[in-house]
Amino acid sequence: MPFDQVPSSWYLILSAALFTLGVVGFLIKRTLITVFMSIELMLNAVNLSFVTFAHEWHAVKGQIFVFFVMMVAAAEAAVGLAIIIAIFRARATLNVDQIDLMKL
Amino acid sequence: MNIPLYLWLIPVLPFAGFLINGLLGSRLPKALVSTVALAFPLASFAVVLRAASLAWPGSSSIALPYVENFAGSWINAGPLHIDFTFALDQLTLVMLLVITGVGFLIHIYSVGYMAHEEGYWRYFAYLNLFLFFMTVLVLAENYLLMFVGWEGVGLASYLLIGFYFDKKSAADAGRKAFVVNRIGDVGFLLGMFLLLSNFGSLSFGKVGGILALHPTEQGGILTAIALCLVLGACGKSAQIPLYVWLPDAMEGPTPVSALIHAATMVTAGVYMIARTHGIFDRSPFALAVVAIIGAATALFAATIGLVQTDIKRVLAYSTISQLGYMFLGCGVAAYSAAVFHLMTHAFFKALLFLAAGSVIHGLGGEQNLLRMGGLRKKLPVTFWTMTAGVFAIAGFFPFAGFFSKDAILYDAFEHGTIGKALYFVGLVTALLTSFYMFRLWYLAFFGESRAEAHAGADQGSSHSTLHTSHSEPHESPWSMLTPLVILALLSIAGGWIGIERFGNFLAPAVGPVIDPVLEPGGKSLEIALGGVAVAVALLGWFIAHLFYGSKNKRAENLAASLPAVHNALVKKYGIDELYHAAIVQPLTLGARYFLGWIGEGVIIRGSAWLLAGIATLLGEFLRRWQSGNLRSYSAWLAAGAAALLIFAAYLTWMVR
Repeated sequence: MPFDQVPSSWYLILSAALFTLGVVGFLIKRTLITVFMSIELMLNAVNLSFVTFAHEWHAVKGQIFVFFVMMVAAAEAAVGLAIIIAIFRARATLNVDQIDLMKL
Repeated sequence: MNIPLYLWLIPVLPFAGFLINGLLGSRLPKALVSTVALAFPLASFAVVLRAASLAWPGSSSIALPYVENFAGSWINAGPLHIDFTFALDQLTLVMLLVITGVGFLIHIYSVGYMAHEEGYWRYFAYLNLFLFFMTVLVLAENYLLMFVGWEGVGLASYLLIGFYFDKKSAADAGRKAFVVNRIGDVGFLLGMFLLLSNFGSLSFGKVGGILALHPTEQGGILTAIALCLVLGACGKSAQIPLYVWLPDAMEGPTPVSALIHAATMVTAGVYMIARTHGIFDRSPFALAVVAIIGAATALFAATIGLVQTDIKRVLAYSTISQLGYMFLGCGVAAYSAAVFHLMTHAFFKALLFLAAGSVIHGLGGEQNLLRMGGLRKKLPVTFWTMTAGVFAIAGFFPFAGFFSKDAILYDAFEHGTIGKALYFVGLVTALLTSFYMFRLWYLAFFGESRAEAHAGADQGSSHSTLHTSHSEPHESPWSMLTPLVILALLSIAGGWIGIERFGNFLAPAVGPVIDPVLEPGGKSLEIALGGVAVAVALLGWFIAHLFYGSKNKRAENLAASLPAVHNALVKKYGIDELYHAAIVQPLTLGARYFLGWIGEGVIIRGSAWLLAGIATLLGEFLRRWQSGNLRSYSAWLAAGAAALLIFAAYLTWMVR
């Protein structure tokens, strides 16, 4: 099947599935790295729906948004990974339930 | 042609004095405080004098009533329009001359009397504030603005009665005066509401105009309005049943008693009845009520005055009694006679109070007549001025009191059958008045000094602790004696204008005077009644002379032979106790127990507890959500997003 003939709804369904996977991963995983990856997954699911809509409506705005999201995600990944390494050095664990020093 | 009179200056000037002394007085030197306190009332008096000279009959450069709107509109609500308007007519002019003139004299006197007191500046600030409100009261062109002044003088009175606020009896007296006056004010307010709903206006001029359009309207709602206003007047003018606050008001400094509780404020009730005479004239029943209240109060207060031993309380009961005379005059529709008596009474009663103050000052705070005596030589100026006051109030010819009292008695005599009874009560009161005034005169100024005989029991006033060290009575400074002399001259000559001329001057404002010259046989009747009045006054003097003129036991023997009567008089008929038991006590008990348990306990505390319980339960439930677990928060977030999605889907596919 040629690329153009795949209906937009398929992409959207894929995007929704990916997003849901991200949410579920975010909720049930204990490891900080996996939680972080789930967030990335959600961001990319949203990117996919942006591209789909941009394609559907022939509007370039959606693609520009995708670039923004990718840029921010890259910056966030750099900072987030640095924090994760710092936490691991300090606490010798990445279990989110144990990283709770800020709680009352 | 109308030259501007700048009526607004008359109240505003004392108000400026109040602001300066009230705000800065504690930091200013004493001399400056007294300068400010004297200058502004004097300026106000000057404005009044200018207005009087322009409005004097004959000069005709001002047409009275002169109306001045000084600050535009006050209340504009639907059909209700009330403006900031002052009006000057003959009645207001007389009141203003008395208020600012006597008021200024009392200010001068106070400089000497209060010289050694704490809170000198506070005293003068209050006194100026009083002048402000009192002039507003008499200048007002509508009931509401008059009510502003009415309440304001109540406030000033409260502040000055409680001037020695660290003394419990003074603070209590101030509160009593305030509360009792509020009872009267309810009547005034109800009267205003009735006026508003029946006349649609509170302006004196408009109400008068509407009354003139319905010349046959009588009784009914007009009686209701008049009776409500009478209740207000009874409160302010200390008439039965609301007179109880005035004797206690003597806790204030003596010049205050002279200015507020004798010469000006307490006459506001008489002024109000004279001002609204248009309504009273249409209601014979209300007039009869006023006359009976007045006559009863005059007699009742005079009997209590017979046995009082505190010099100021004798004068206080005498004031109540004389106010009763004025009410009696109003009640027989002799408004100009009542206002005439108001004016002469302002002169001689202010004089009597100030002379009493001079005695108290000279004796270092002693107020008990039984501890005075023999002051004639030591306080000569005080003695002679007081003598003028005593003769004036007793009604001797040709002192001021004779003319005004005579006018009221004559008008009462001419007032049908009820009038004869009223006349008789008035005559008995005159006898009692003459007796207790000469009793005071003899006890204070004649015989031997009894200062040591009764020393010990302490019943003094709060006046001037610095003075108690002097044992020798001394004459007061010139600042106190000058007003005494001026007022003594006024007490002698104040009545010479005569009721005919005075009445004709007032006639446009309060209706025509009952002129003896025009009645058949009126002139000779007037002379005969005047003779009877003087004879009665002489009789009172004679009895007082028998009892107190020389050292004897007649008074004690009489008191011992009539113990029940004497006790009742000394206890003031127990009215204070009766009010306490019948009104104050049930109210406090009701407040403590009924309101305390049902109101405070069940309603207020119960509702508070109920709200607190609901909040606690809700908090118990909601706090489980705020676990601090980030993942549960995000799960709720996801659940919320999912719920929104489901709702959107529902809207998209199901509602279509």
